[in-house]
Amino acid sequence: MPDEPLLELVDLVTTYRLRRAEVHAVAGVSLSVGAGETVGLVGESGCGKSTIARTIVGLVKPSAGQVLFEGRDLATLPARELRRLRQEIQLVFQDPYASLNPRMTVAALLKEAWRIHPGIVPRRDWDAEVRDLLARVGLRPEHADRYPHQFSGGQRQRISIARALTVRPRLIVCDEAVSALDVSVRAQILNLLQELQRDLGVAYLFISHDLGVVHHLCDRVAVMYLGKIAEIGPKAEIYQRPAHPYTQALLSAAPAVDDWRDVDRAEIVLTGDVPSPLAPPSGCRFRTRCFKAEDRCATEEPALLDRGGGHPVACHFANSTTVPATPH
Amino acid sequence: MTLDTITRLPLRAHLAFGTVLLFVAAGVLGPLLAPFDPTRTSPQDRLSPPGSTLSDGTTAWLGTDQVGQDLLAEVLAGMRTSLTVAVVTVLIGGGVGLLLGLLAGYFGGWSDGIISRVGDIQLAFPSLLLAILLAGVLGPSMVNVIIALAVTRWVIFARVVRGSALAVRDREFVHSARVMGASPARIMLYYILPSCLPPLLVAATVQVGLTMVAEASLSFLGLGVPTTQASWGSTIAQGRDYLASAWWIAAVPGLALALVVVAIGILGDLLRDASDPMTELS
Repeated sequence: MPDEPLLELVDLVTTYRLRRAEVHAVAGVSLSVGAGETVGLVGESGCGKSTIARTIVGLVKPSAGQVLFEGRDLATLPARELRRLRQEIQLVFQDPYASLNPRMTVAALLKEAWRIHPGIVPRRDWDAEVRDLLARVGLRPEHADRYPHQFSGGQRQRISIARALTVRPRLIVCDEAVSALDVSVRAQILNLLQELQRDLGVAYLFISHDLGVVHHLCDRVAVMYLGKIAEIGPKAEIYQRPAHPYTQALLSAAPAVDDWRDVDRAEIVLTGDVPSPLAPPSGCRFRTRCFKAEDRCATEEPALLDRGGGHPVACHFANSTTVPATPH
Repeated sequence: MTLDTITRLPLRAHLAFGTVLLFVAAGVLGPLLAPFDPTRTSPQDRLSPPGSTLSDGTTAWLGTDQVGQDLLAEVLAGMRTSLTVAVVTVLIGGGVGLLLGLLAGYFGGWSDGIISRVGDIQLAFPSLLLAILLAGVLGPSMVNVIIALAVTRWVIFARVVRGSALAVRDREFVHSARVMGASPARIMLYYILPSCLPPLLVAATVQVGLTMVAEASLSFLGLGVPTTQASWGSTIAQGRDYLASAWWIAAVPGLALALVVVAIGILGDLLRDASDPMTELS
C-alpha cells in the first residue's frame, strides 16, 4: 500500500432520515484505497455497501466523518475544486439497464462528460476518442450511433465503463457492477476491469456480495456488517484465515468453486435475520447471530483492531478457536 | 408517423383532426373570405334567418344578428380571437408551468413546497372565478384576457410536469449524470425534460379546448376582448335576448365552440393513448 492513499474514508457516517427516525446506513467506517489498488467491499444486502459508494461519489452527503481524496476533504473543498475532483472518482452502477439515458446514443453518452468538462478532450478529437474508448471496452466503432436498448446487459455495462473512463478517473467505484450479469459475461467484464487497471493504473473500490468475484479481482477485502466493517485485510489473509465469525460464516456458505475452500472447514449456518439498522443491537452489532457471542458482546462494542491475526478485526474473540455447534 | 399508421387511425381521429384543421384554417383565412367589420351595421337586414338574401344581394348563410351583421363573418372572426387567446394562453401558461414544475419536481424541498402550495391555494378557487376577478381588474383587452387565463392555467401544467420530473429524477441515469458532474440545469434540460414533454403535450392539447371555453365565458360576461373584436362569447351573449325570435345568433357560435372543443378533447385523448405504450390505438 502506498504512503498516501488515493481515497480515505475516516469514521464515515451516512444517515438516511425517515419520517420519524434516522437510520445510520453507514455507522463509522474507515477505509482506504491506494492508487492502482483494488479493494473489495463485501457484505449482505442492506449492510450499507451501496451507501458508501453513493457517499464517495457525492450522491449522498455524509453526516459525520470525512471522505478524503489524496488527503483533501471533499466536504470542505470549494465548489469549483470539487467539480474538478469529482472527475477523478466515477461510479459504475449495478443495473446497466437503468444507468444509461435511454434517449442518448452511445456516442452522446460518451461525449457528455466532455461537454460538461470542456478541456478534457478537444472537440475535434471527440469522434476519434469515442472510437478508442469503444475499442478499449471491446465494442465496435459502429456501436457509437446506437441507443442503449439495442445492447445486451454485458454490452451496456461495457458502455457504462467506457462512460466512466471518459473523464480519466483515478478511482472507479463499482457498485455491484457485475451482479446483474450472466456468469460468462461477468467473467468478461471482470477481465476487462483488470485489463483497464493494468493499462491505465485506475484503482477500484469493488462492492459486491459475491465472494468469488471479489477474490478474483481484489488486493484487499473489507467485510461489512450492518453499517460497520467487521474485518479488513489482504485478500489472502481474509480468505485463508478469517478471524471474524461473520467472515467465517460468509466463507463457509460460499459455493465451493475456488481455492480458499481447500481449507476444509465446517459449514457455519447463521440463524436469524439481519437486525434492523433502525435499532442496531447494543455492543457488537453481530452478536445476535454470532455463535461466539458472550455477555461481554452485548455491553462492549469491539473496536476494529489487529488482535494478533495480522489484520484488523472487530471481534472480542477473534483468536478463540470456538468451533460452532453445527445445527445439523 | 408513416402513411400506414395514419390510415390505421380510428375514424374519430380523422373526424377530430379534420374538424380542428377546418376551424384553424377558417380562423386563419376567414377574414379573407368574409371580412368582419364591427362598425358596419345594416338595420334592414337585422335578424335574417340563415340562408336569406341580404339587401346588398349577398347570401347570409348563417343569418344575421340584431344589427344586421353577417354571422358567418362574425363567427370566423370569433374563431380567430378564440384560437389566438387559447394558443397563446397555453404557450405562456405551459411555459411557466413547465419551468416551475421542473424546479419543484427536480429540486423538491422548499422550492417544491412553495410552488405546490401556491398551486394548491390557487386550485381551491374555481379557476373561472379567478379569471373573472383578474379580467375585471385588468380591464377588457385581448392581452389581459390572456394574462388572466394564463394565471389560472399554469398550475395544471406545473402539476403534470412535476409528476413526471419526480418519476425521473431518481432514476439511475440521472444519478450517473450527477456523478459525471452535470449541472442541475443540464440535468433538467437533457435528462428530465424529455420525459416530461409527452404528458405536457397531452395536457396542453386538452387545455387549448378548455381555454377556448374560458375565453368565451369571459367574453359572455363582458370581461373578455373589447366589443370591437368579435368573440363567440359576446356573440352568444347578444343572441341570448333573441333566443325566441332569432335562435341562430346564439346557436351558431355555441355550436362552433362545442364542435371544436369536443374535437380537441378527442385529439388530446388520442395523444394520451399514443404517448402511453401500454394502450393500443383501436
